[in-house]
Amino acid sequence: MDHLDQLEQQSVYIFREAFRHFERMCMLWSIGKDSTVLLWLARKAFFGHIPFPLVHIDTSYKLPEMIQYRDRLALEYKLTMIVGQDEATLAAGATYPATAHLAADDPRKVTRKQCCGALKSGALKATLQGTGVRRKLNLATGAYDIDADREPWHGVIVGARSDEEGSRSKERYFSPRDKNNAWDVGDQPPELWNQFKTDFAPGTHVRIHPLLDWTELNIWEYIKRESIPTVSLYYDQGDGKRYRSLGCGPCQTPIESTAKNVDDIIAELRSGKLRNIAERSGRAQDQEGRGGLEDLRRDGYM
Amino acid sequence: MNQSPPSTSPAGLPDSRTSGHPDPAGAQPAARPQMNIVIVGHVDHGKSTLVGRLLADTGALPEGKLDKVRRECARTGKPFEYAFLLDALEDEQDQGITIDTARCFFKTAARDYIIIDAPGHIEFLKNMISGAARAEAAILMIDAKEGVRENSRRHGYILGMLGIKQVVVCVNKMDLVGYSQQVFDGIEKEYRAFLSGIGAVSPRQFVPIAALSGENLTSRSANMPWYQGASMLALLDTFPKAPDKVAQPLRMPVQAIYKFTSHGDERRIVAGRIETGTAKVGDEVVFSPSNKSASIRSIEGFNTAPRDAIGAGWSTGFTLSQEIYITRGEVMSLREHAPLVGTRFRANLIWLGRKPLVQGRDYKLKLHTAAQPVRIHKLLKVLDASELAGELAKQEVGRHDVADLILETRQPVAFDLTSDIEGTGRFVIVDGYEIAGGGIITGAVPDDQDDLRSEARLRDFSWIHGSVGIEDRAKRFGHLPALVMFVGKRGVSKERYARALERALFDHGKHAYFIDGTNVLMGVDHDLTVDATQAELVRRFGEVAHLLLTSGAILVSTTNAIGLADHSSVQALIGDTPSIAIEVDPTGRSTASCDLRIMGTESDQEVVTKVIALLRQKQVMA
Ligand SMILES: Nc1nc2c(ncn2[C@@H]2O[C@H](COP(=O)(O)OP(=O)(O)O)[C@@H](O)[C@H]2O)c(=O)[nH]1
Repeated sequence: MDHLDQLEQQSVYIFREAFRHFERMCMLWSIGKDSTVLLWLARKAFFGHIPFPLVHIDTSYKLPEMIQYRDRLALEYKLTMIVGQDEATLAAGATYPATAHLAADDPRKVTRKQCCGALKSGALKATLQGTGVRRKLNLATGAYDIDADREPWHGVIVGARSDEEGSRSKERYFSPRDKNNAWDVGDQPPELWNQFKTDFAPGTHVRIHPLLDWTELNIWEYIKRESIPTVSLYYDQGDGKRYRSLGCGPCQTPIESTAKNVDDIIAELRSGKLRNIAERSGRAQDQEGRGGLEDLRRDGYM
Repeated sequence: MNQSPPSTSPAGLPDSRTSGHPDPAGAQPAARPQMNIVIVGHVDHGKSTLVGRLLADTGALPEGKLDKVRRECARTGKPFEYAFLLDALEDEQDQGITIDTARCFFKTAARDYIIIDAPGHIEFLKNMISGAARAEAAILMIDAKEGVRENSRRHGYILGMLGIKQVVVCVNKMDLVGYSQQVFDGIEKEYRAFLSGIGAVSPRQFVPIAALSGENLTSRSANMPWYQGASMLALLDTFPKAPDKVAQPLRMPVQAIYKFTSHGDERRIVAGRIETGTAKVGDEVVFSPSNKSASIRSIEGFNTAPRDAIGAGWSTGFTLSQEIYITRGEVMSLREHAPLVGTRFRANLIWLGRKPLVQGRDYKLKLHTAAQPVRIHKLLKVLDASELAGELAKQEVGRHDVADLILETRQPVAFDLTSDIEGTGRFVIVDGYEIAGGGIITGAVPDDQDDLRSEARLRDFSWIHGSVGIEDRAKRFGHLPALVMFVGKRGVSKERYARALERALFDHGKHAYFIDGTNVLMGVDHDLTVDATQAELVRRFGEVAHLLLTSGAILVSTTNAIGLADHSSVQALIGDTPSIAIEVDPTGRSTASCDLRIMGTESDQEVVTKVIALLRQKQVMA
């Protein structure tokens, strides 16, 4: 068994434990490389099947390639694909991109963090709890229809990795959130011998992290080994730029890189210029002060 | 670091990141041996200093990092601490600058070491245990000046309890006691006495060190010529890796049975992770505690090459040649090396719950994939949290206490002693919604049904099957086999209800069969003398019932000879076949546990309806 095998096998075990213990379980699919590896691991765990819905929170600012890729895979794998969105905030124009032109002291101005708070955290919370509109991909027509199912999901599979940043290295595989989605960093249940926290008071829900032990490099090595399809945005298309992680267009800047394929990316991560630079350094909202991510995280943002 | 919020790095597996150490581009990282270690000990005894110093002395720090922190300390007039270095590393990680310090690791010529968790977080016992549970070896720090303290003792005990036998005890800050051999010997003596006093007899080596100045850490110190042993790191390098799990007997706790029919997939897959051993296509496997057996038809996987053998560590799945009903929590093994099965075992346990573990109350046991109500059968010894010293006459296990006790589950579970197979020999206990304790199984304790269970096991493992499987019968009859036992004193209408039930089930097209105890007594028991033991009567009744049940019937029995007290004995002989015990008690005074209690005044119809509801509840029929 090599190291990737070990990571894979642990993730599969976690998936099966989660599926066993949550009647209402879903998986967040951000379309990025991590959650796509997660999707692959789910197929490993369930022998080619994905017996639970996938949820994508669409801020409407996602790059078009991401949405095309999402729908292509969803149709091909016959996924139960649910999309949630903060339609009210978008309609009101209360977002960072929509207010970016306003003067700094304009009270209508929305910061990046506030924008994430609404379009990601807020929309996620509403979608999971069923208070927000859920749209479901109709596998026959390819259209998104309003989903009648508004029951909350109690188990949510998430593709967080502990090497991403400090606040994530404190996570457990099964991480309970209370009614307000809050995460009590200080008082987490013990995780002994792969016995996870699988008993819950009504109303709590649990984030499950099958990728916790994976590094960015592991993710790419696995994508290569398994030939997992990924979005073209990760690769240099000839202009010397590529995205290292995918988020919203206005807050995401591509990095300088000529990596054109998975092999190039792996080489770049192993020994090239990205060796000691963290992945999320390209995300603008992370730079808005220390502890920002942990705040967002407590609040339910992934 | 001691100021940081409590936390635990959640890694369950070694991490092969080598990003801080150049590799030839594109080449696979060389497979260097790895070992997970944990560093424990009382607060301020020098854990952070040791980690910082180890990282520095083995060249694991980013370039210039140490100097930068030293300069920063000098600038602000603070004395330099290695804890600041660790804080700085964690800060950087928070700010997303370096990625290779998420978990500290360092290298020696022999192998890579991964330090699980950061020392400051260890101060919280839950984190210490979560970390130590993943470690293969441990370094325990004792301050030479302060001597053995509360957490020196507690952590030492927990390491032993978690089965971590490879421990180096570092007596640190030797510089503060003038490098005195006397002080070192005194601490070693005291600590060894403590360990043997609590029955922790694992081999432990003691090294006098000064973490701050790096003495006896990576090389021997000139200040302690009296110490003849190896340096701490040299000792660590001598620790062998755990034995290969593939060589141990096969154990695969069943995690789930999958049948994803939605997309036309007809496979019925028994899924789980192989804890130890190897399974091959064609192997005859048995499942405990149900004693069912089958042979492996295929090894299933997604996007993998077909394989005909698979070993420890793989989360896999099998299809079987025979359709047998098994459930999560059973353990798949080879017939010759099956796990232990019983309701009682002896264990060492650490309690973390806010409320104490008390006698006479049910908790939830999670042991491999099994979950079962469990309670204390007998408290043998409780060691107090703060002292872990004497044996206290405690009647409960308080927070952070450790205990030697016998636990009893409601139904039999399959297990092993931790010393034989770890994966099926350790457990957690859930109180309410929280994991409140963890423990290891140190011994099997016989219960009253042990002999019967062994008899049933031998019988089942050697059972010769006909050509019609249990699933075939279930399909034909529209239900699974089950035993419905009417018990109670003579003349309380048991027989009347039993007949009515047989009739009603039969009329509904079920394969129901009535059996009166007399029928067994006059035939099978004919050779028994009048004063035959009750045990033998029960055994014979149970075996007769078992035969009839394997024919797929819902067996309705009525008997004076066998009472509620014998129910678990009968159950031991019929394995996991559902049974329902109905006591007919006109006095209304009986309090014995049963599935249904009636007075004898109820109408047949009423009783029939209730029993059918119970059969449905037990999923005998739809
Ligand atoms: N004199 C001396 N002080 C030490 C030594 N090791 C650690 N210390 C000091 O002991 C204090 C506590 O050490 P620290 O590593 O933070 O302990 P922790 O709480 O176990 O992580 C700090 O002030 C260290 O500088 C040593 O070998 N000699």
